[in-house]
Amino acid sequence: MRRDGHSARTAWLIASGLVAFMLVLAGCGGGDDSSGTTGGEGGEASGELQKLGKGEGEVNLISWAGYVEEEWVKPFEAESGCKVNNKVAGTSDEMVQLMETGQYDGVSASGNASARLWAAGEVDPVNTDLVPNYKTVFPDLKDQVYNTFEGVPYGIPHGRGANLLMWNSDKVKPGPKSWNVTLDPKVAAKFKGHISQYDDPMSIAEGALYLMDHEPELGIENPYELNEEQFDAAVELMKEQKANVGEYWASAEEQINGYANGSNQVGTTWQYQYFLLKGEGEPVAASPASQGFLPEEGATGWSDTWMISSKAKHPNCMYMWMNYIISPKANAEVAEYFGEAPAQEKACEETKNPNFCEEYHAEDPEFWKRVWYWRTPLAECEEGGPEECMDYNDWVRAWTEIKG
Amino acid sequence: MGRRLAGLFYSRPKLQLGALLSAPMAWLVILYLGSLAILLITAFWTVDPLSGNVIKEFSLDNFEELVNVPVYRDIVWRTVRTAILVTITDAVIAFPIAFFMAKVASRRTKAILVVAVLMPLWSSYLVKVLAWREMITEHGIINWALEPLGLHGPGEGMVAVWLVFTYLWLPFMILPIFAGLERIPNSLISASEDLGASPFTTFRRVILPLAFPAVVAGSIFTFSLTLGDYIAPALVSNDQFIGTSIRASITNNQPFAAAFALVPIVVVIAYLGVARRLGAFEHV
Amino acid sequence: MRLSKRAKALLGVAVALGLAFIYIPLLVIAVQAFNASKILKWPPPGFTFEWFEKAFESESAREALLTSIEAGLIATAIAIVLGTLISLALARRHFFGREAISFLVIIPIALPGIVTGVALSNTFTQVLGISLTLMTVIIGHATFCIVVVYNNVVARLRRTSGSFEEASADLGADTWQTFRYVTFPSMRTALAAGALLAFALSFDEIIVTTFTIGAGEETLPIWIFRNLFRPNQLPIVDAVAVILILLSIIPVYIAHRLSSDEGALGGRGGAGGTTAATPAAPATVAEAEATAAH
Repeated sequence: MRRDGHSARTAWLIASGLVAFMLVLAGCGGGDDSSGTTGGEGGEASGELQKLGKGEGEVNLISWAGYVEEEWVKPFEAESGCKVNNKVAGTSDEMVQLMETGQYDGVSASGNASARLWAAGEVDPVNTDLVPNYKTVFPDLKDQVYNTFEGVPYGIPHGRGANLLMWNSDKVKPGPKSWNVTLDPKVAAKFKGHISQYDDPMSIAEGALYLMDHEPELGIENPYELNEEQFDAAVELMKEQKANVGEYWASAEEQINGYANGSNQVGTTWQYQYFLLKGEGEPVAASPASQGFLPEEGATGWSDTWMISSKAKHPNCMYMWMNYIISPKANAEVAEYFGEAPAQEKACEETKNPNFCEEYHAEDPEFWKRVWYWRTPLAECEEGGPEECMDYNDWVRAWTEIKG
Repeated sequence: MGRRLAGLFYSRPKLQLGALLSAPMAWLVILYLGSLAILLITAFWTVDPLSGNVIKEFSLDNFEELVNVPVYRDIVWRTVRTAILVTITDAVIAFPIAFFMAKVASRRTKAILVVAVLMPLWSSYLVKVLAWREMITEHGIINWALEPLGLHGPGEGMVAVWLVFTYLWLPFMILPIFAGLERIPNSLISASEDLGASPFTTFRRVILPLAFPAVVAGSIFTFSLTLGDYIAPALVSNDQFIGTSIRASITNNQPFAAAFALVPIVVVIAYLGVARRLGAFEHV
Repeated sequence: MRLSKRAKALLGVAVALGLAFIYIPLLVIAVQAFNASKILKWPPPGFTFEWFEKAFESESAREALLTSIEAGLIATAIAIVLGTLISLALARRHFFGREAISFLVIIPIALPGIVTGVALSNTFTQVLGISLTLMTVIIGHATFCIVVVYNNVVARLRRTSGSFEEASADLGADTWQTFRYVTFPSMRTALAAGALLAFALSFDEIIVTTFTIGAGEETLPIWIFRNLFRPNQLPIVDAVAVILILLSIIPVYIAHRLSSDEGALGGRGGAGGTTAATPAAPATVAEAEATAAH
């Protein structure tokens, strides 16, 4: 017993010594910014590829579900000799984290990932001269805040779309025209336990968008730039929604399963899930083309950009991929498969449905003003907006609180 | 040479100890504990909201947030509550089975039961969670079985999580209790009966106290595994648990996740300490 | 123990219910693997062997299986070496820090898998600057497999007397000879049982693996997890699961046999034997599988 006590006490001494040591280390960690600076700056432009060389034989991608499919991957692999290894991610956060491992060559980043990747130095600028198909990309996709930083292009536009409101046409009648079906506490209560909401802090923007229309006195101009009062109102709305939510989905397939087995009946979704369920003969419907696939209030959405990792091990193959994915035929295939507006002008001539581009407003910049692309909320608001905005950490914390 | 080494080790036992322990200790202490320490150090750092870069300056922000924001307390309490519930349920279900196997079953039945209990242990964890996921769906077997009674199954949620965890860790409770009960000499039980105790009294005053350390041993697993798991709750519920929260924040705020991870680590170490006192770590 | 008829009946019912609880979910999987419909509706509309065919044809499943086996074998080998070394050190001698070390060995299993996974992943990618490959996965697995081997072997070593080794030395054997002819044979079956458990742990592990695996590799649990949500793949996963369950009869049987033939030094057959494969608390089998859940 005495021996036990002796070694136990010594163990405690050692343990507390270690803890003290760790605290000292933690304090000393400052001043050593090996992983880049705080906000605002990105990697050096020296990372940009100057000349396209031979393919390295493979390329590792991170993408959204439905972006990298056999149909257009196989011809690419045959043409370029680059084998495609794809990892599907469910959220932008996941994409950022995967990029940070340095194991991937590129990513199809939405606006709430692109700025973060740039600020963290995880991506290199893109030399658009090496991407011939870039010339014929729609002009209102070039030089945007989500793909161009400090005047330098950092990615190749993939396509854009709005988040859809989808519902089970057997259970939800008549078809809703507004987001109130999931966000107005009284209306949403009819579908209690069957609402499907995207599990990501960006969902708060959906609440803010709703309030833009329904509570204009809050003065929200941009659902991603919210001062504390506006933010709290949006968070409150989402907390009220929680009582009615059946599932917070974090992957496309999860949501598909939910609709297919009857647990989900209405909620936010992407075109990928909608078309897949329709293809399986499930009774789903979404806001019609005549409304631009948007409910009354508009919608949040995304404009995705292919970015190249600053640690890319297969940069040549990555460039070949970026050029390929916006080539007319491939971009048309991707756009039609997923159900989004293509980035490539010439793709409109290649789509199976001759009215595709019209239906999806590919050439209609006015339309996209009602779609609020995902963005990383920052503390610095743009001019004309609120004085001080909530930043991404606030959004993440609030989302955890909303889910409870 | 071998003999000289043997002689050396005999006269200097510490040297032999060192030789034996150097490789494993290097692995466990330097690689594993070192990695753990590096991770936990980040708990005292913060993250830039835009770039996600770690700001390596000492800060207690993460811990302040954990303490001040009520949702984290809810999450921790929810997880601990589930872990305790699961432990109790598993003990209740496991004890009769273990008792039957150890004290009542014939030799052959016992062997069959041991294999029967061990077999699911070998089937994949994911598969088991998958099975439950399939059972609780709207059109799954549970609802189908309860329909004629006019009842509805639990669906996704806390009840499902409790059921799944109870299911997953049950063998971990059965086996130590079984081993513990086996070690109770039958002569003790006979003596108790000879002295006039009813079976219930024998159970309460002889068997239970002797089996208790084994139950504690089993509880180590049911408790610590439930505390840290993130896959099962994510697959059968929408609720946030310690594991799911750590998983969620590890992608964009590792320092915060590390701080949050300290909670189950501290709890588990404390639990291990208590378990040791209660005799669960039998050193023969 | 003398139990009344009624008590025996109640006990029997409790046991039957318990076993039903254990096996019904597995049966659900089995039925689902033959289900003609892809959607999880009960009762199933029809039966088919299609999913099993597809499971056998699936190249990704096969590759994942081979990767899992490879990782399991190497991780087990490492765990055997390290676990044995620790057991030899701790079984026979009392020294300062002994308790600390036996505590340390348990930690990788007791702490949440996500903590171990992220800690190791960080060390690999940021401190050591190496890529994540199958080797990093193996290192992760070996770390928590050590305790399984250790527990089994140390329990056996404690049950056998050290005097045999002393006698061997007295008779002139050197360290290696003593180990090879005296110590090793007595712990052989415990080592095998521990190795079997370690392999099972590594084979089933998902969480630490998720964080330590590279882009191009997949172990079987990772493959299962990836396909869990895909409506077209789910039935195939069910089929693979059934195959795995059936295959697991083999190691269970082996483990059972191993425990029934205890070595010459110190076994008790039957009950005592079975517990060798499931030695003293902290129940190692339990721990082993516990780590699988990590």
